[in-house]
Amino acid sequence: MSLITRSMVLWVPDWPILASLRVEPLRVEPLPANAASAGATDAPLALIEKGLVFACSAAARIEGVQRGLRVREAQARCTDLIVRPYEQQLDSRTFETVITAIEELMPGVQLVRPGIAAIRSRGPARYYGGEQPAGLALVALLESLGIPGARVGIADGPFTAEQAARTATSAYRVRVVPEGASAEFLGNLPVSLLEDPVLITLLRRLGISSLGEFAALPATDVLGRFGPDGAHLHALAGGLDSRPIVAHQPPDELDCVVAFEPPLDRVDQVTFGVRASADDFVQRLVASKLVCTTLRIEIETELGDYSERSWLHPRSFTASDVVDRVRWQLQGSGEVDSGLRSGVSAVRIVPEVVDAIGNHEVGLFGAGPDERIHNGLARVQSMLGHEGVLTAVVSGGRTLADRQKTVPWGDRPLLPRSNLLPWPGQLPLPLPATIFAAPHPVFVYGADGTDVVVDERGRFSSAPSRFSPATGKDPRQITAWAGPWPIAERWWDAEAALNASRFQVVDDRGVAWLLVLTRRATGSSWAAEARYD
Amino acid sequence: MFEYGSMTLAATTLPEESAAPAAIIDELQSRIRSMQATKLDSRLLPTHPALAELLPGGGLKQGAMYSIGSPASVESSATLLLALLAGPSAAGSWCGVVGVPDFGIEAAASFGIDLDRLVLVPAPGDQWLAVTAAIADVLTIVVIKPPRQASEGNLARLSARLRQRGSTLIVVGSHSAWPQSEAMLSLSQSSWTGIGDGAGHLTARQVTVTVSTRAGGRPRSARMWLPDPELRFARVETPQTHLRAVG
Repeated sequence: MSLITRSMVLWVPDWPILASLRVEPLRVEPLPANAASAGATDAPLALIEKGLVFACSAAARIEGVQRGLRVREAQARCTDLIVRPYEQQLDSRTFETVITAIEELMPGVQLVRPGIAAIRSRGPARYYGGEQPAGLALVALLESLGIPGARVGIADGPFTAEQAARTATSAYRVRVVPEGASAEFLGNLPVSLLEDPVLITLLRRLGISSLGEFAALPATDVLGRFGPDGAHLHALAGGLDSRPIVAHQPPDELDCVVAFEPPLDRVDQVTFGVRASADDFVQRLVASKLVCTTLRIEIETELGDYSERSWLHPRSFTASDVVDRVRWQLQGSGEVDSGLRSGVSAVRIVPEVVDAIGNHEVGLFGAGPDERIHNGLARVQSMLGHEGVLTAVVSGGRTLADRQKTVPWGDRPLLPRSNLLPWPGQLPLPLPATIFAAPHPVFVYGADGTDVVVDERGRFSSAPSRFSPATGKDPRQITAWAGPWPIAERWWDAEAALNASRFQVVDDRGVAWLLVLTRRATGSSWAAEARYD
Repeated sequence: MFEYGSMTLAATTLPEESAAPAAIIDELQSRIRSMQATKLDSRLLPTHPALAELLPGGGLKQGAMYSIGSPASVESSATLLLALLAGPSAAGSWCGVVGVPDFGIEAAASFGIDLDRLVLVPAPGDQWLAVTAAIADVLTIVVIKPPRQASEGNLARLSARLRQRGSTLIVVGSHSAWPQSEAMLSLSQSSWTGIGDGAGHLTARQVTVTVSTRAGGRPRSARMWLPDPELRFARVETPQTHLRAVG
């Protein structure tokens, strides 16, 4: 039996609920009747995943809420149920602090899943003078972290220990199963603890309802009938859990913090100060066989300003790329030697997304022409700033400005609207080859010399016969025209609303224009938005 | 290799009776230039066939400069630019557009320019020449709209760099008349179809594209659809007049 590790398992009941409450406490109004007992944890709370209850608090369970209920059913059973979405990341993230605290007390903690941790019990038992005191020390630690109701089970193997923890009561929160007594302890427990629904159903139909009955079957027969997975569960049921406890490896600290004392107030000084650390940062990543593809840079100034931004890279960051990103974030659109508003006291470089270095290795004959293009464009970016070099995508929308979007070189395009939708009301082909970055205001006159006006219903005062820029110079005769094509978007949103009429006109030199009459609350105005040249 | 012979031959058959030395120098320079053009092992970019016939050498040359529009005409033609870019881009070349904030992206995509291989630098500011040179190092075709006239020395350096790297430069805008240009393309007599007096919409346009070359000679011009109703660029088919001998 030397193969089986004597294990200690910590179990925190209803951990998802506790995690959710720790991150975002409930604001419970003190009711006059039970103001004294209205502790935050007593409120009926349920976490929902895919429309079903994933976890619920003790107060909700008393009302009849249980795991697997539909939200509506749960709310019918408990009318003042508070419903929150279940977030697995939040679960793991909050349990990470618990793991860190346990590691300070006892080394070699294995995270089984959020809410359950396993430790080899031999060391702590020797240190605290017995398994029972070691378990009590663990419970006391969790109490000090503000996590009530934790249970500890100590037995041969993590599976038995977990079952021992689950059967511990609130009065005796540490349950020790003596060495070699695992099979006896597990014998009366139901087979449903094995967490294999197909096997459980089958065992029940074979008339086997307890773990002891399952363990009594000959091991070779179980292996022949249920395969290696079944044999493993059979060993668990017999208390022969041979899984070792693998200590949790703390992730390497890859962040890089550069503090400036005294604070620096010039961009070039800061970037120079960051240079050595950026080298070090990239080398540390390489030593862990990683490359960084997304980076977060946080900058603190002495006045307490804080700026943070994520930077993407089409391949992976080199040291000089990191320094460039710091400089761009500092200077915004200013020049390299411009002064800052207040001195920079700290720069923090955090790798947000890392990837194995093997996926980013340059081929034996180089990475092809794209590598060269990327380097050349990165050089231009370091001259002009990150937004200086753009790539273009066609987005969804009706106006010309909505349909074309530019993305800084290296960033991923995010399209708020799909260009695959039909977008009725967009301009007919061919599209204008020149779209003015800022529309030019124009005057449009009818044959009688008065301004052309289009009302809400698309009726226009007279046919356009002449237009000129707002400066009045260089007027053009209109030889052909089409319109008005009305466009009315987002009338419910005063900020983004658009109510306009579009005209295509051809002037006497054969150049065609797109003229737009925009109606606003303050009045309407003509502008030339694009030219068909 | 064989050009050496023809050059000495040309040098010996120089007309000696020319009077003014300036005229002789002009004559010699134009002859040297035309021979250099044939001597250069200039590879051609895949150019749209409608335009290729007009361009000297039968297409866009790598390492050469081209200009669109002339200072006389107010509007340079962005569609003509797109027509020049469409051929190389469809064949897999990267295009860069420097200093053109008004570039119609969706029109470019609809004329067959691959947006994945299009790089825009809308506001290069004062560093436009350095940016153009840096981009010409890595991209096959670069379009530049100079904000002002560049000095002769800078242009000579830029054109040397282009020749070395084999990238093609297209200069647009009102400062596009660069002496180093291989050819100057301009557009005239534009007429739109499909639009009436309050009816229809723009569908197609016929223009006359004129190409004048650096080496002098008669400008070549052709009537072209830019674009035709199917968004293609094509020569206008003139109805052939068949003469038949009678009597």
